[in-house]
Amino acid sequence: MNETVFFTGVIALPLLGALLATVWTRQARAIGIAATLGMVLCAGGLLLHVQQHGAVLLAIGGWQAGLGITLYADGLAVLMVLMSALVMFAASVYALKYFGSAQKHTAFWPLWLLLATALSALLLAGDLFNIYVTLELLGISAAALAALGGKREGLVSALRYLVVGLLGSMLYLGGIALLYAAYGTLNLQALATQLQAEPAAWAALLLLFSGLMLKMALFPLHFWLPPAHSNAPAPVSAALSALVVKAAFYLLLRFWLDLFPPVLTPWLANALGVLGAVAVLWGSWSALRAERLKLLAAYSSISQLGYLVMFLPLLVVLEGEARNLLLGGMVAFALTHAFAKASLFLSAGILLQHCGHDRIRELGGTTQRLPLTTFGIALAGIALVGLPPSGAFLGKWYLLDGAFSTSQWWWVIVVVVGSLIASAYVFRLLGHAFGHLKAVERPRVSGMQELPALLLALLATFGLGLGAAGIWPLVADRSGVIP
Amino acid sequence: MTINLLTTQELYVLSGVFLFTIGLWGTWLHAHYVRKIISLNVMGAGVFLILIALAYRGKDLLPDPLPHALVLTGIVVAVSATALALVIIRRLEDERDE
Repeated sequence: MNETVFFTGVIALPLLGALLATVWTRQARAIGIAATLGMVLCAGGLLLHVQQHGAVLLAIGGWQAGLGITLYADGLAVLMVLMSALVMFAASVYALKYFGSAQKHTAFWPLWLLLATALSALLLAGDLFNIYVTLELLGISAAALAALGGKREGLVSALRYLVVGLLGSMLYLGGIALLYAAYGTLNLQALATQLQAEPAAWAALLLLFSGLMLKMALFPLHFWLPPAHSNAPAPVSAALSALVVKAAFYLLLRFWLDLFPPVLTPWLANALGVLGAVAVLWGSWSALRAERLKLLAAYSSISQLGYLVMFLPLLVVLEGEARNLLLGGMVAFALTHAFAKASLFLSAGILLQHCGHDRIRELGGTTQRLPLTTFGIALAGIALVGLPPSGAFLGKWYLLDGAFSTSQWWWVIVVVVGSLIASAYVFRLLGHAFGHLKAVERPRVSGMQELPALLLALLATFGLGLGAAGIWPLVADRSGVIP
Repeated sequence: MTINLLTTQELYVLSGVFLFTIGLWGTWLHAHYVRKIISLNVMGAGVFLILIALAYRGKDLLPDPLPHALVLTGIVVAVSATALALVIIRRLEDERDE
């Protein structure tokens, strides 16, 4: 009974909120806050439920799989749902004061809540077609939100974002058409039991993965990400970079773990790992050379997603306890990146409003005027570099551990070089922020904007670093996947 | 005398694959965004054709309703995405005129 409420709550609350905010524009802000807060509570409840009772399957309205819509929550899914609810809530609080005109608020809140709906529904979807629908909903609402900036550059990058998203979805749809032709079902659990290593499965894997790689901006399909993420309004950038690309990665991981094990080969895993490694190096290097803070954050997302993909070649060869440790480390890394990157984008938005620009070279004096924001940026930077006690440190630790124990030393070099460049770009940013500049009169920044950014950064560094122990038992138990 | 090189179903599937491929090609290569959107729709039509062909179960049997439902949903999604893209393109064109 309880889990039904939580399940429907995370998806229905933001959907209802989106409808209400469309009709009742004056109260859009209050509705937005209430809906995202409700999501956080329901996601927390769902997490506790899964922790106690294991994975849950829900057939909506009693219609069984094949005809009805099934929702499925295991440890991995609920962690991601809670992550997205927390980031959406923090960014909502931030957005209250961010948009100046009432018109912007009217346009923002319905789309924002639709984005939240799409995220929760995608993370909990139990069959491939519902994943397709939620992917499209996510892509369309994300592109519309990215266009809200209104400037020409923003519109062009939002349009490109939309086209890339649609292309990715079409590839995905082609993949599921093949799977349906071969196996006659789209239910994830049913497919997982039937899938065999044969040409149809291979072709479907290729189509599904190329669609998802395009959506998660894995090198060399990353070209659309920096302009789209850096030109959007700050709360939108935070959600795009922290959550939307991660949703595509989550699907890739889910298919990797549950659906395609019979067709996976170390060869494929290594090919993906190499792409991830190039993304790490190239993304960090571009972040180091970026002139604007928001571009720096966007390039750093490319490199952080590269790290996540680099876990895959180790997941294929490791077994048992070592594999579970690695998987937990990977999830800790993904969660940390979500909180840290959201925080960094929110802080960048504060700087953009406060100084009128986000050119890194000219950020001198920020520390004196905005100590809280600078502290938040520093904490988020610690999490991005992967210093202890952040969750990213745990992730990189298990990545290195896995690479050593399987004697694949070349991944170690990439992690070390990538982390070095990451610390270079974080300290370059902080160096400029600590620079001294004579005080000028600047618009004031509300604490309602500084606090969410700071709290997210704290969550990434201390919350996840010290409280990550709960992740491992949640993701390690994958026994409930096939009933 | 007729030679059956292809069944109707296979013909439909192959045409779908063909449409999908030229759509993919067009989306990737065309620079103009209206062309990209049209190519995406061609690609979508290809997938829908494949799915409809898959629903065929034989002369005397009813077709499989599930792929039909998928195609209907897919069309709705494609229409709304196209609409959004066209609105953004329109906005860009308006700005250029000013």
